[in-house]
Amino acid sequence: MSGTFLGMPTAPPRGTGNIRGSEPFPAAARTELGNAQLRRNVGKATRTIRDKRIAVTGELPDWEELRSAGAAIKRDVLSRLPDLLEQFEQAVTARGGTVHWARDAAEANAIVTRLVRGTGSDEVLKVKSMATQEIGLNEHLADEGITAIETDLAELIVQLGADRPSHILVPAIHRNRAEIREIFLRAMPGVDPDLDDDPAHLADASRRFLRDRFMRARVAISGANFGVADTGTLSVVESEGNGRMCLTMPETLITVMGLEKLIPSYADLEVFLQLLPRSSTGERMNPYTSMWTGVTPGDGPGEFHLVLLDNGRTATLADEVGREALHCIRCSACLNVCPVYERTGGHAYGSTYPGPIGAVLTPQLAGMDTGSGDPNGSLPYASSLCGACFDACPVKIDIPSLLVELRHQHVEQAGFDAEQALMKAASAAMASAGRWTAAQRAAQLGRLLGRGGRIRALPPPGSAWTSARDLPVPPKRTFRQWWDSAEGRAAIERARREGGAR
Amino acid sequence: MRVALFATCLGDTLFPDAIQATALLLSRLGQDVVFPEAQTCCGQMHVNTGYQREALPLVENHAACFADESIDAVVVPSGSCAGSIRHQHEIVAERFGRPGLRDQVVRSRAKTYELAEFLVDVLGVVDVGATFPHRVTYHPTCHSLRMLRVGDKPLRLLRAVREIDLVELPEADQCCGFGGTFALKNADTSTAMLSDKLRNVGATDAEYCTAGDSSCLMHIGGGLSRLQTGVGTKHLAEILATTERTIAPKQGALA
Repeated sequence: MSGTFLGMPTAPPRGTGNIRGSEPFPAAARTELGNAQLRRNVGKATRTIRDKRIAVTGELPDWEELRSAGAAIKRDVLSRLPDLLEQFEQAVTARGGTVHWARDAAEANAIVTRLVRGTGSDEVLKVKSMATQEIGLNEHLADEGITAIETDLAELIVQLGADRPSHILVPAIHRNRAEIREIFLRAMPGVDPDLDDDPAHLADASRRFLRDRFMRARVAISGANFGVADTGTLSVVESEGNGRMCLTMPETLITVMGLEKLIPSYADLEVFLQLLPRSSTGERMNPYTSMWTGVTPGDGPGEFHLVLLDNGRTATLADEVGREALHCIRCSACLNVCPVYERTGGHAYGSTYPGPIGAVLTPQLAGMDTGSGDPNGSLPYASSLCGACFDACPVKIDIPSLLVELRHQHVEQAGFDAEQALMKAASAAMASAGRWTAAQRAAQLGRLLGRGGRIRALPPPGSAWTSARDLPVPPKRTFRQWWDSAEGRAAIERARREGGAR
Repeated sequence: MRVALFATCLGDTLFPDAIQATALLLSRLGQDVVFPEAQTCCGQMHVNTGYQREALPLVENHAACFADESIDAVVVPSGSCAGSIRHQHEIVAERFGRPGLRDQVVRSRAKTYELAEFLVDVLGVVDVGATFPHRVTYHPTCHSLRMLRVGDKPLRLLRAVREIDLVELPEADQCCGFGGTFALKNADTSTAMLSDKLRNVGATDAEYCTAGDSSCLMHIGGGLSRLQTGVGTKHLAEILATTERTIAPKQGALA
């Protein structure tokens, strides 16, 4: 511990791990935008999922009420999180589980490593989990000589391809089947060299590969979609059943769960088990819903450990506005409707959490204050604020407003720079009509830049605009000049008479 | 009704035709249109870029300008500026404003309408008496669609226009990629979004793309102009304000 004095408020720890990119969003996006194959793959997949989602959410007459219920439950959880966590810990412990608390990625990784070592195994099976992606668990285990094998098909493709996930729900969304075939042939041990790119054959190859691992596995690591505070029950929802194999077959199960995944009672699952599959995969119900509570002799893993992960969540909770991002149930509906995500894919966001929710969650978990070039500082601006994400969110997170709030926080932290000088100047010019009309006259000088009624080239920062768009030359007369003119007065008078005659 | 026109900084300076059209249309519909001269800008660009502190003087100026009790309604021919007034002014006022500003902001907000909302909801008109013999496609701007929930009101107004050939825009509800300073800060992504919008506009064979927001039209129009498509942009107000008599000389000139 550092030399903290009693009574002195300490800031909650910031998150670490895979929640900060290596370059700002605009630069990373430029690279991704240049990949035509990626744009086609991501565009096609997001369009398909979003159409399915609209169809199945439209079926429910009480969809809006469900969304409101989901938001209300999450708000309630966050308002009394410490109490609920304590209740949850007691319930898990009472049913034979062991609870561990991790402040950041390093602590969580160390706990999991110690637990795996304790079993004597050097191989673990993984259930698809965002929390373990967030802390970089697989990489850490590899450094410690422990092999982690992803069992979700898409995660396996990403892992074998030595790639990073590009989507919360569909990590390999940026890959097509020809690319997947190549990855399997290159990296999957024991694969049939004649494998073609028929999706059924690809799935079959992964099934053969994984079946061997399931049979010999002694340890599995999962995340959790929900933790039920009053019973200590954990739940994972999935489509393939591979997760259930991991959750039931090994002797030891280790679950890493973000603090915000808690819900108060078993009955609350009713709301989320409707919201999540319809929002994420566009299915009425996901094929596999696994739930477990502590340990049961002779049934499933004999040892169960739960690692409760903070990693910046308490810090996020401390922000009265931004905490709403912790409502997120990781359905990825916002990614699938986001015009920015659709064109850049997930890698441009540099975090385990891409897309609109990532643009608010990442900077809050990990901060955006490591200097003017902090890539996380660019994330709140990676949105045109079109609002499609807010409409799609099953728990009504007002992502556009949160982005605007984070931009405010970023500007307040970042301090003086050229942009702020421009904004201050614009504000001063527009704070009174007198100065504003003077500025308008100056703007009319812009007429000198144009030819044929348009401006085709501007100096920076306007050059970003004229790289692909013309700008109209300012007209000879502003509206207020027209309004004050004899011509304007006559036109309004004529319009009034016409109206009266109608 | 005494209706104050909020011209918006962009409309006043770069797109006066859209504001003139709004003033003429409202006058023709029997409204007593006034233009509070002290008005400038709603501060949306500042707030959306993170400069809430710098937006405060603009919010103060706007509220002082329009809170006046003699004004029955404030009409804005811009979905995004109406959205800013409705959703952002209170945030800025609460965070940085002097005591009393919030109340003023709330009073001004309560009577502020985007143009299509005002025509359909307040005046109760759908047919405004316009004639516009051209092929037109309509882009529902993001803030009108999702911040204000104007729904199909602009389309109902357009459908009532005489001689108009209104064609549906494919993927209409997709953002054009403007987003204020987004177009500058993320120019490449913005351009990728714009190019899809332009392709969809092109697919309609429309002569004009219309919308309720000059800023989105500036973006789409800037792209159409760069590609030399010959397709024009016109603010919704300009179409609704056009009557047979005003377009007659143009037709004569073409003949």
